[in-house]
Amino acid sequence: MDLQEKIASLLPSATIEQAQYLTISVAKNDLRKAAETLRHQLGFDILWSLTGMDWGTALGVVYHLASSAKPGEIVVLKTQAEDRENPMLHTVCDLWATAELNEREVYAMFGIRFINNPDMRKLLLNENWVGFPLRKDYNADPELNPLNLHSDEVSDLRPKLVEQADGTVKEEWDEIFTNKEYIVNIGPQHPATHGVLHFRVSLDGEAIKKVDPHLGYIHRGIERMCESLTYPQMLHLTDRLDYLSAHMNRHAICMCVENALQLEIPERVKYIRTLMDELTRIASHLLAWSCMCMDMGGLTAFIYGMRDREKILSIFDDTCGGRLITNYNIIGGVMADIKPGFQKQVKEFIPYMRKMLKEHNAIYTGNVIAKNRMTGIGHMSRELSINQVVSGPSGRASGFSSDMRKHRPYGAYDKVKFNEIMRTEGDTFARYSARLEEISASLDIIEQLIDNIPEGQSLVKTKAVIRLPEGEYMEWVEAARGAFGVYICSKGEKTPYRVKFRSTGMPLVAVVDEISRDEKIADLIAIGGSLDYVVPDIDR
Amino acid sequence: MNLELRTLMQLIDEGLRANLPKFWAVAIECLSVGLALLAGYAVLAMLLIYVERKVCAWFQVRIGPNRVGPFGIFQTVADTLKMLLKEVIPINHVDRFLFYTAPFVVIAASMLTFAALPFAKGIQAIDFNIGVFYIMAISSISILGILLAGWSSNNKFSMIGAMRSGAQMISYELSVGLSLLAIVMLSGTMQLSTLVEQQADLWFIFQGHVPAFIAFVIYLIAGHAETNRGPFDLPEAESELTAGFHTEYSGIHFGFFYLAEYLNMFIIAGIAATVFLGGWQPLHIPGLDGFNYVMDFIPSFIWFLAKVFFLIFLSLWVRWTFPRLRIDQLLHLEWKYLMPLSLLNILIMAVLVVMGWHF
Repeated sequence: MDLQEKIASLLPSATIEQAQYLTISVAKNDLRKAAETLRHQLGFDILWSLTGMDWGTALGVVYHLASSAKPGEIVVLKTQAEDRENPMLHTVCDLWATAELNEREVYAMFGIRFINNPDMRKLLLNENWVGFPLRKDYNADPELNPLNLHSDEVSDLRPKLVEQADGTVKEEWDEIFTNKEYIVNIGPQHPATHGVLHFRVSLDGEAIKKVDPHLGYIHRGIERMCESLTYPQMLHLTDRLDYLSAHMNRHAICMCVENALQLEIPERVKYIRTLMDELTRIASHLLAWSCMCMDMGGLTAFIYGMRDREKILSIFDDTCGGRLITNYNIIGGVMADIKPGFQKQVKEFIPYMRKMLKEHNAIYTGNVIAKNRMTGIGHMSRELSINQVVSGPSGRASGFSSDMRKHRPYGAYDKVKFNEIMRTEGDTFARYSARLEEISASLDIIEQLIDNIPEGQSLVKTKAVIRLPEGEYMEWVEAARGAFGVYICSKGEKTPYRVKFRSTGMPLVAVVDEISRDEKIADLIAIGGSLDYVVPDIDR
Repeated sequence: MNLELRTLMQLIDEGLRANLPKFWAVAIECLSVGLALLAGYAVLAMLLIYVERKVCAWFQVRIGPNRVGPFGIFQTVADTLKMLLKEVIPINHVDRFLFYTAPFVVIAASMLTFAALPFAKGIQAIDFNIGVFYIMAISSISILGILLAGWSSNNKFSMIGAMRSGAQMISYELSVGLSLLAIVMLSGTMQLSTLVEQQADLWFIFQGHVPAFIAFVIYLIAGHAETNRGPFDLPEAESELTAGFHTEYSGIHFGFFYLAEYLNMFIIAGIAATVFLGGWQPLHIPGLDGFNYVMDFIPSFIWFLAKVFFLIFLSLWVRWTFPRLRIDQLLHLEWKYLMPLSLLNILIMAVLVVMGWHF
């Protein structure tokens, strides 16, 4: 019995269709049952992405699910909340912990409130924001939400909707921190948060009792902006999500559009994109490594890492013209063919980087202070990483195999041999080492590809105005911090109807509270460095 | 030819005494000694900041300051002028008296210790017969300043920084004291000038061989921790506490903390040089008279500064190599390793002295 039949027999009331992925649509009242069935009976334990939707008449949510045995095989669950005035749905955050923050985001953007979610504050937006920005009927008049020159107090109260025994819903408030707690703000301006991230940390002496992340300081409304941009224009915004994975992000959106258009991409382009992806990954991991060392007080290591990263940036500079934001992928190929000296530069870089990795390991990894600071600290279990969908090196350090390069091969990844770096310890040291090992795995991939770039076009011609056929598309790449997904819902126009970027960083922030409890405040910084979140990617 | 500073001092002294009543001569001398110490303090701080920035740049494959003057040597002068001209920003809700007193406490403690160092033959402003004791006592006053700064700032980061600082400095003070005690046992005196005199033939680190060397290493580690510099820079751990206890300070008040930090590095190295490495005494090896004779030609203040800067270089090397410790690891290191080892070392030293096994 295949999956579709199995689901049909378990959920008779659901509509099942085969679009890009197997799509299950359920009514609002069947959501809990469908979710529980998928989670417990069919083993879909990963909630890759939770997307709010405004279909014009009804609001709703789209869930992208997969099982940890096959993270690349994705099933879509859809539901609608009919009411536009006071839309409510049941939460799924008891089944997939990652839903908690995502549902808060959906509440802020669409106004859908989730029953039994323990925390129904708006994510990314202020509590007093008027309107729901991603709704189609949103009034963007600046008079409604004037620029505020005073900063609002962060409230210690959080609302939640609790379902009573008789089926009615009651709003309750509870306290995050009592006024007797010693609360320290780590951020939004703080040297160790790598951007404008704000943790409110309750301390008992040096030990951490609770962390409450407060997001949205760099929220630019990129998803909303995309709805008014054409597809080629949209590309530029993806570079500005996780700017350290700029190239991979753009790879994902190009693939998504190309697959929707059923555009055949030349092999040469795939090779070039893959090579660039891996170089970006090395650059990103080097930066992560350096910043983590700096956070732990090793400033010299920071400069060494930046020096090595500079080599990659020079290669980008020569071939793409950009260094950080490379602007290289475009729909149908790459902006310009590689420069003649590209292969030589890369081949010089590989042995250099291998030598430097040895040095970094000798100086920093082997250092007794560094080891003691990292080993056994901030332990994240495999269950937690799956539940919160912490993908990427941080998840793999806990034994969660989530590498999209393995599970949904794209580009030229099916043509190379490489190991998915897996560790089992799940502590800060494992996350730290996983990154360094991934650098060397990336070097291996580059080594296999660099001499074999096939001849051919570097760009296929597309129509002047790109219109995607009506439908929903989602494509995945392995960005430096985990699986990055682009979801596009098209109504056949030259602008998308809805775009959602699956943040690689939000799960990393979501686990901070749990893994840093009872550790010291200095460990919070080391844990943050080892998780390596990039804030513009979380806030979008 | 005599390059010793003492010759110059004697000339001035004789000139003053010949022309003025005794009271005025002494008064002018006291005043000029004070001024000389203050000037030396400021100049050394600038020099140390420059050295630190250059050495750090070499470690980090950078160039360091290179714009103001040849090799950037006037960079710190410019920085100092900037620091002097900067506005002191008033902070709301601080305990004003304590807040503005704290930097002075820190810098006064550091200056009083500085004055007790024997810089060269005959150049020492304060020379008590309990010199080592005096240095220990007066240098620990700076903890008070740091605690006050953190407490009065009304800032949570500062508060955590100050508490860390208190725990750290009080703990490491023990190892500093115990390792100096080992040498006091060997020499039988606490007077710094006598300590230096006794090392004319052989430095204490060689006289006391094994226990003296252990004491030296412990002193370097604990002393480095006393200066609040990496890997022991927890009180101001910038990636955790932004700037720790001096977060709220601006202008010259911040400058005082900054100055004191650098001078404390000099003072710690200076005490180590005086107590273990013969102070301003040249390197003498018994039996090699020719060698010893040549060494005597190098003026004593050069010997002192060379030793001090060598030790400072070690301290910079450590600072720019190691990551920061965590507070519990920091206290473990002191209470579980350094302190027991120091106590054991004193026992070994006692046996050594009683049995006469030293050189």
